[in-house]
Amino acid sequence: MAAIAPALQSEPNILSRLVGRRTSLIGIIILAIIAAAALLAPFIAPYSPSKLSIASRLHGPEMAHLFGTDDLGRDIFTRMLYAGRTSLTVGFAVVVFSSIIGIVLGLTAGFFRRLDQPVSRLIDAMMAFPDILLAIALVAALGASATNVVIALGIVYAPRLARVIRASTLVIRELPYVEAARALGVPTPVILLRHVLRNVTSPLLVQGTFIFANAILAEAGLSFLGVGISPDTPTWGTMISVGRQYMDQASWMMFFPGAAIVLTVLSLQLVGDGLRDLLDPRLAKDI
Amino acid sequence: MLRAALNRLFGMLVVMALVVTVVFVIVRVTPGDPAAVMLGPDASAEDIEQLREKLGLNGTILEQFANYVAGVLRADFGQSIFLGQPVTQALMDRAEPTFFLTIFSLLIATAIALPVGILSAYWRGSMFDQAATALAMFAASVPSFWLGLLFIQFFAVHLGWFATSGYGGPGTPLFERLHYLVLPAFALGLVSSALITRFTRASMLDVLNDDYVRTARSKGMGEWRVVLKHALKNALIPILTVIGLTAALLISGAVVTETVFGLPGVGNLVVSAVLRRDYPVIQGALLVIAGLYVLVNFGIDMLYLLIDPRVRY
Repeated sequence: MAAIAPALQSEPNILSRLVGRRTSLIGIIILAIIAAAALLAPFIAPYSPSKLSIASRLHGPEMAHLFGTDDLGRDIFTRMLYAGRTSLTVGFAVVVFSSIIGIVLGLTAGFFRRLDQPVSRLIDAMMAFPDILLAIALVAALGASATNVVIALGIVYAPRLARVIRASTLVIRELPYVEAARALGVPTPVILLRHVLRNVTSPLLVQGTFIFANAILAEAGLSFLGVGISPDTPTWGTMISVGRQYMDQASWMMFFPGAAIVLTVLSLQLVGDGLRDLLDPRLAKDI
Repeated sequence: MLRAALNRLFGMLVVMALVVTVVFVIVRVTPGDPAAVMLGPDASAEDIEQLREKLGLNGTILEQFANYVAGVLRADFGQSIFLGQPVTQALMDRAEPTFFLTIFSLLIATAIALPVGILSAYWRGSMFDQAATALAMFAASVPSFWLGLLFIQFFAVHLGWFATSGYGGPGTPLFERLHYLVLPAFALGLVSSALITRFTRASMLDVLNDDYVRTARSKGMGEWRVVLKHALKNALIPILTVIGLTAALLISGAVVTETVFGLPGVGNLVVSAVLRRDYPVIQGALLVIAGLYVLVNFGIDMLYLLIDPRVRY
């Protein structure tokens, strides 16, 4: 318990400690700007994302169109703001969905000895599939839509979370306070929620940040291949996919959305790295 | 040791059986009738029935599963609906570009990551270390397909050094195929080098302060000999693991990269199969790739047993 207590006490200051690290601070600032830009898209976007203008087709970056225009004369900066909404929402939804499955599987495998073997083998089997490939197959089976992309990527990333949560649960299960709770007759679900789940939040937070980053990359990959979100909905991936067809005449069409992905993923990684160093020093040594 | 190997073998077989089951389930979660979905809204009931028969979708779920497992055991993954050839054949026809792309990317990634990781650890905290760490993080944030497009734009279109896409006609010698493979391999290799660099750095940091390294130094052994012979040798197990894992990740990256560069590999096959809803191909590709991954992992575990007598399963 002694080992857990400081971790819990320190959690309220995590944000201030994170801000104290230069690299994490940079990550937080970039992420905040991108999130705010996506959130406030209807207020800051200079044009409508679907406003066509054949006259200003394939214009390069200029004062009127900061990042240029696309094949239908639409403002790329505006579309990127709206695309950010979709990409970030999908990424976040994947984290939530995979966390739910990961927590259930991880707690089950870590807490109940009998279920450990079957659940762990299932986790191993799921991790044998390369992520994009499994996601493609699942989207192919479920049908292409934003919801199904979230479900597919959630299933793809859940085993990673489950593995981390299982490992933490195995340690927590043996701690005296869990034993004490058992001896006092506290029902198992309550032990799991109140004593175990609460103490696996640190690894969950760290992994969740990395999964957020990976999900944004994977969603862009799926959309780029045309097997993810419909090309009519602007996401950074679909914008690159369309831009690819005009690469020779209008390289900005695919350049700026790609740069947005790089910035977002990079800032998430900076924050994730900072969180890992603060919350899980053991892991920080490994990677 | 034999017991440990057998234990591991049993574990591998269980995972393999689960992989086979998961693939079976994935195709069955399709809402509605997969045969009807594949043939589109204009298909007649007769056509749908025929396709159901072909796909092995008739009979109870247990019968379907039994037939499917029997097929998998014979390496028979069914017939591709659109290609009109057995899935096994379709996969084999397209294995070569994927194989070479994966191997070349892995070589490039390792050739960059090993020296950078080792030097980063050796000069810990230096400008070099900071720059390498920052670059590795940057590389891990770049979508490989986007980097591929930038490469095509600059090296193929602008400078004209390499082909923009394709793989050359049949029978083209490998040396000439490099013209087509260099750009995709670099796009994929650079992105994958990030993980190996970080692992190499971390593993080297772990061993550089160990007693035997200090002993080797105190005996007056040359500095680079200490680093390369004593430290690297001991840091190699985790590094080898991550290289193995990267190989699996590369297959995933190859799916997207092949599409960007128009390489006629397994990745391209899978993407077109998904767009045409050619389920037998998707199913077969998933099985083969996941199966290979499980086998590679098993191979790495066996290597551990041979290299490090302390490892027990």
